[in-house]
Amino acid sequence: MYNPRQSRKFPTMLNLNLKTTPFHERTSALCQPQNWRKWAGYFVVGSYEHVLDREYWAIRNSAALIDVSPLIKYIIKGKDAAALLHRVTTRDIYKMKVGQVAYTGWCDDEGKMIDDGTVSRLEEQTFRLTAAEPNLRWLTMNAIGMEVEITEVTDEVAALSFQGPNTRKVLNLVCEKPVDELKYFRLMENKIKGANVTISRTGYTGDLGYEIWMDNKDALTIWDALMEAGADYGITPVGILAMDMARVEAGLFMLDVDYTSTTHAWIESQKSSPFELGLDWTVALDKQGYFVGRRALEKEKREGSVWKLMGLEVNWDGMERIYKSVGLPPQIPGMAVRGSLPIMVGNVQVGYASTSSWSPLLKKYIALAHLQRPYYEIGTDVRMEITVEHHRQHAPAKVVKLPFYEPEWKKK
Amino acid sequence: MTSSNTYDAIIIGGGHNGLVAAAYLACADKKVVVLERRHIVGGAAVTEEIFPGYKFTEFSYVVSLLRPEIIRDLELPKHGLKILPLPSTFTPMENGDYLAAWDDHDLTRREIYRHSPKDAEAYDEYARVMARAAKAIKPIINLIPPDPSSLHPRDLFNLLKVGQYAASLSEKELYTIAKLATQSSADLLEEWFETDALKGTKAASGIIGTFLGPRSPGTAYVLLHHYMGEIDGAFRAWGFAKGGSGGVSGAIANAARSLGVEIRVNSSVKQVKVKGGRAVGVVLENGDELDSKVVMSAADPKRTFLQFVEPKYFPDEFVTSIQNFRVRGSSGKVNIALSELPRFTALDEPALYRGAVSISPSIDYIERAYDDAKYGQISKRPYLDMIFPSMIDPDMAPPGQHVLSCFVQYAPYDIEGGWDDAKRNQLGEAVISTIEQYAPNIRECIVGMQVISPKDIEAIAGITGGNIFHGELLLHQIFFLRPVPQWADFRTPLKGYYFGASGAHPGGGVMGAAGMLAAKEMLKDGF
Repeated sequence: MYNPRQSRKFPTMLNLNLKTTPFHERTSALCQPQNWRKWAGYFVVGSYEHVLDREYWAIRNSAALIDVSPLIKYIIKGKDAAALLHRVTTRDIYKMKVGQVAYTGWCDDEGKMIDDGTVSRLEEQTFRLTAAEPNLRWLTMNAIGMEVEITEVTDEVAALSFQGPNTRKVLNLVCEKPVDELKYFRLMENKIKGANVTISRTGYTGDLGYEIWMDNKDALTIWDALMEAGADYGITPVGILAMDMARVEAGLFMLDVDYTSTTHAWIESQKSSPFELGLDWTVALDKQGYFVGRRALEKEKREGSVWKLMGLEVNWDGMERIYKSVGLPPQIPGMAVRGSLPIMVGNVQVGYASTSSWSPLLKKYIALAHLQRPYYEIGTDVRMEITVEHHRQHAPAKVVKLPFYEPEWKKK
Repeated sequence: MTSSNTYDAIIIGGGHNGLVAAAYLACADKKVVVLERRHIVGGAAVTEEIFPGYKFTEFSYVVSLLRPEIIRDLELPKHGLKILPLPSTFTPMENGDYLAAWDDHDLTRREIYRHSPKDAEAYDEYARVMARAAKAIKPIINLIPPDPSSLHPRDLFNLLKVGQYAASLSEKELYTIAKLATQSSADLLEEWFETDALKGTKAASGIIGTFLGPRSPGTAYVLLHHYMGEIDGAFRAWGFAKGGSGGVSGAIANAARSLGVEIRVNSSVKQVKVKGGRAVGVVLENGDELDSKVVMSAADPKRTFLQFVEPKYFPDEFVTSIQNFRVRGSSGKVNIALSELPRFTALDEPALYRGAVSISPSIDYIERAYDDAKYGQISKRPYLDMIFPSMIDPDMAPPGQHVLSCFVQYAPYDIEGGWDDAKRNQLGEAVISTIEQYAPNIRECIVGMQVISPKDIEAIAGITGGNIFHGELLLHQIFFLRPVPQWADFRTPLKGYYFGASGAHPGGGVMGAAGMLAAKEMLKDGF
């Protein structure tokens, strides 16, 4: 008799499990706290250890190995591949050389951000685009009449983010060709244990770092090779929670956490332009021809932006005083917090912090803050909400420029 | 006549709207009686044990639009209301594959991706566009429809509110709504998707309760109507009430009783008493008379205006409009007691039984089902919306046994040759042989079966024409046109006589809004 109430009669509920990445065999064996996170339909490790410290410090001091396979990836190929990306993104794609990588956002016609990611020119007519969310529909809509083929390769291409000051040394030990000459935001073809890899000097931590792109079938070989070669250099598998702290220090924002895609927004005020997110440097208004959002972005450039994403440093002494008044030492979570915190000037709310984090390196409480004109000027004194012993308080803080941390070796 | 037969208000019909109205009036300290024709309350929201131990949620079977304020105001959870999640939709396909929408967004995306990467993404965007349109249109549900031609201050005020509201919409929202109001669901869906099973399943919700096919204009709006339940997101949309739809009526009845409402079952109303141009009570079929200051009907518009009250009390034009109100029943219900669950060949997965199973492999499939109905036939291969209530609420069937609720469309009220047992068997057989295509062991599982035709809906639940919404949700039959122009504010041309049921604004579904809004209007008028 068939009765699913008696679940033991069912072998597994495979259909409803999330996907696992090509590294799962390794990552699952290492994940001590069973701290898994959902990312674009996959399970990824939140943290490998019970406390985040060692993972965080691996990013900043040695070599962090992070499984970023769920990142959505498209291969865009054909005569008009450059034209499509030139039209969709805000960067001047025509100026990109083969082997170059560009970080960019892309907008709707009102100049509001849909998503952000990197464009890599793999060949003259072949690009890879990474994205936080699926964008195939948007790309296809913009490719009408173009000679271009768009293929999602998320499930076929595994990716490791290898971040930290020792990563170059480790890569040189395992790669067929040295990576010394690989410049910031450039990529190269290489081989590890005979397997083809693309290595780009990119990352989401603001440190020296690389991203390694490979065929799924080679994933475990490459993981093992790196772990073996990196053993003497402090290589550490790192989950996405520690990466989240590093990216705040690096002033890097995240879709659905720090901004809302226009495709998700319920109301206008939830949308952000690239200028409002501090991406002025990625908006090539001088580039040739039309691109989506151009008119709106030109207008915003002329008139100035109402909002701006800035850094916020909480004044430690001021915060300590508030805690002290109830007899407590300062208490803040040892990880990045994705929750909106009001920012005040006097009794008026002038903005909000979308991610806040303790910075173990800087020994500061920092936040990514969305501020309204004129309060986004560097040096402005504001106050950020903190909850002290169940009471809402406001800690003094200062507006600073992003990133909070940028080591000299990041781009060297 | 004794004082015990004298009330402030009489409510005709103990369906969920009648009970809601009664409870709201009782909240205002009115002495209220609800008169129900049958031996149980609930109307079309009833649960009955047709076969011992197996509870059938006989007619309506899911809840999405029950107004949350009603749940709060009447403290329904205290009176037993629990709306359990109905998390997925499973559509088996003719080629042996299937399409599923699970409650997890990523899982659903991956599942659709298997069929079409393009659709997987369009699905998200479509859901957002529809949710935005639903959000934009939802405030209308709680507005009293104004008569746009009237200069009465109340109408002007309400019209102003509608105007203000329309002005608050963005241009894009207005275009979307205008399009949704005029398109067919097939046209709308073909703009978005390429997977047949996806289009079929989505289109199905655009035809429920109408006598239209997915290619008929106006069905896109019905589709949106069904989306309203989904925009509350975290508040959980479609659900199955503990105990079936009878659980909803039971909770409302309990709430009403606790507020002092008297509920009389087996009390069929023959006529509304009229004196000096006012409704002043009712006469029951058994000859009993009850007096009251006001009367509200929670029956369908035809019975409310053509049966309970002599037409001479209404303007001719009004009577004609009611006569023209479209109440073509197009769907039936097959409730099945099962010794075990049927196995779907496409997927061996327990989770699918906790959600809906939709037999809607393509738009063409449903349109063909409609073709049969257009000419007075039962669809040879009907659209089915099935749930397994016992998998959601284990108390619906004996341990180890199950019940299956199949909504079936099309089964036209005006069937060629009329409804009889042979036709009923034919409908049952059409359903079973359809399920059999996807779950071949269905016949072996059947312990008992109840086939309900639109004629039975009329006979048992008392809904003229057997239309599940008391009148189709067509554009010319909604908002200030429901049930007829100038009389959409729950009042009627007969003073003291009110109308608060699914045939009034905002329409059908186990929503309760018509009953609540009617009661509030009655209280505004004072009695």
